[in-house]
Amino acid sequence: MAGQEQKSTQPRGEEEAAEVDVPTPAAAPAGAQDTESTHGVDDLLDEIDNVLETNAEEFVRGFVQKGGQ
Amino acid sequence: MASDTSPGLAVGGAQRVMGAETEFGIHAPNSPGANATYLSSQVIAAYARLSRARPADPGTSWDYTDETPLRDARGWAVPRGRAHEDQLTDVEPILTAEAVALAHGPAEIELDGDQEPALMNLVLGNGARLYVDHAHPEYSSPEVTNPRDAVIWDLAGDAVALAAVRALADDAGRGPINLYKNNTDGKGASYGTHENYLVPRAVPFSDLVSGLTPFFISRQLICGSGRVGLGQDGSGPGYQISQRADYFEAEVGLETTMRRPIINTRDEPHAVADKYRRLHVIVGDANVSHVANYLKFGTAALVLSLVEAGRAPQIEVHEPVEAMHRLSHDTDLVEKIRLLDGRYVTGLELQWIYFEAAAKLAADTGVASADGGDGHTAHVLARWEQSLNDLAGDRDAAAGYIEWLAKLRVLDGYRSRDGLSWGDARLGLVDIQWSDVRPERGIALRLAARGSLETMADAASVAAAVSEPPADTRAWFRGTSIKRFPGSVASASWDSVVFAPPGSYRLQRVPTREPLRGTKALTQALFDAHEKIEDFLTALLGERRT
Repeated sequence: MAGQEQKSTQPRGEEEAAEVDVPTPAAAPAGAQDTESTHGVDDLLDEIDNVLETNAEEFVRGFVQKGGQ
Repeated sequence: MASDTSPGLAVGGAQRVMGAETEFGIHAPNSPGANATYLSSQVIAAYARLSRARPADPGTSWDYTDETPLRDARGWAVPRGRAHEDQLTDVEPILTAEAVALAHGPAEIELDGDQEPALMNLVLGNGARLYVDHAHPEYSSPEVTNPRDAVIWDLAGDAVALAAVRALADDAGRGPINLYKNNTDGKGASYGTHENYLVPRAVPFSDLVSGLTPFFISRQLICGSGRVGLGQDGSGPGYQISQRADYFEAEVGLETTMRRPIINTRDEPHAVADKYRRLHVIVGDANVSHVANYLKFGTAALVLSLVEAGRAPQIEVHEPVEAMHRLSHDTDLVEKIRLLDGRYVTGLELQWIYFEAAAKLAADTGVASADGGDGHTAHVLARWEQSLNDLAGDRDAAAGYIEWLAKLRVLDGYRSRDGLSWGDARLGLVDIQWSDVRPERGIALRLAARGSLETMADAASVAAAVSEPPADTRAWFRGTSIKRFPGSVASASWDSVVFAPPGSYRLQRVPTREPLRGTKALTQALFDAHEKIEDFLTALLGERRT
């Protein structure tokens, strides 16, 4: 958990693994740690990285809705 | 009882007249601060332009005659003067010139004169309604008779939304307007996804309240769509099962936009009022997962059959609103909630109690049997049982179709890979973009395309449902009238079609108050036999023509 909270929010490919002082963030969910599903999730994240809106901060801030039913 | 009110539909199972309403989140990235109602009207107008290009689907306005949003199922009506303006859904919303002008920015307060009038309502050739609901574009599906069709015609709405988004993106003057099939902006606003189920009027409303409340507070475990952030404004760090749960503040009530109740009492039957009520369910999440959506409709229909049969589990939850929030926040599914009889049960245990009762009723009535069953109930029961087993035993399997788990798996992937905390904007982005209706952008749709999220409805069925009404309800008469006599249907609603024959000063209103009449089987021959609208109306109405 400690490693996780001090992590930056850089996108993948910035060698963030080197900055983490524990091998893997402890908060990873049950099931996501075993090799096969981790590979699946990694592939998935690679794909999602390519379609995520740029500038998450601005997008999330700008996504304001008026109330509805 | 049900056979009396749903002729032709099997009793005790998952068949029932039902439908879905989906409000889409709306975002115009190039126009921050644009008026949301105006943006929504642009979505409706864009789809109208598309459908007018196809003469078979010209679009028709809404007939408000039979709307009664202030009538309460508990036996009274809220005086108009005391209602909140959001509750007055029985009049056409008006978009003021100021709102339009603000959408274009203060520098253009003078309208340039070639603005199209704002279009707020359309009835589509598939029998659906597409309209502006407060500040969102909303698609209300046509009436269907089973949960599988409910999923398909709800997906048709996603396709309609996508078509409008594409058209607006191509229109350089307006800039992109994107739509999201979700329920919250993560900052305190929530917009609804509603289900409607036809129920015999003879079922006491109090039975619906007692039978459905424990079911609804736990149903989110199988059909919640997942949400980053805790609390109404999402400021609490973490992830929860339901998009909507935190916005519920009351057990029973009429409102849908404030003090939201677990059981909504709006008594607006859109059918023969003496025989039917329309149960308006506002606790559900918008689902991109086909299976989650299917479970949402299918299990609710089964539990309504239990209530009708007087066989709903006798369970009373202590402080159900708080219990609903607590279950939503418990992704490990270990939280126990207190029942008034002193027991403590988990959300999954509550679901099992309902499952067992529904399976028993189905066995007793034969609706789930391989031969002579209704063709729907057995499948809903099987998927329901599988989901409860997987949620407890094989979460990897469950993540292949349970929407909140599929989303959590992606978010946990980011948290693990990039070490993100729950407050990180990138997780908030994934949460929103999960439900983008564009297949190349929507994360859930990407998962489905790569086989990581199960689909139930194939693209051809959904494409057909965009233009074809369901054959087995009155939606068929509505949709076919609009397609067959383009330009001569002045307006329509769930329980009417208003014809404006060319050359006539009179409007001819055809009531359609029986949801299971006006089917293809009953009216196809009439449409086939009469080319001209005058002949058609004469044949349809005979002496009753006014």
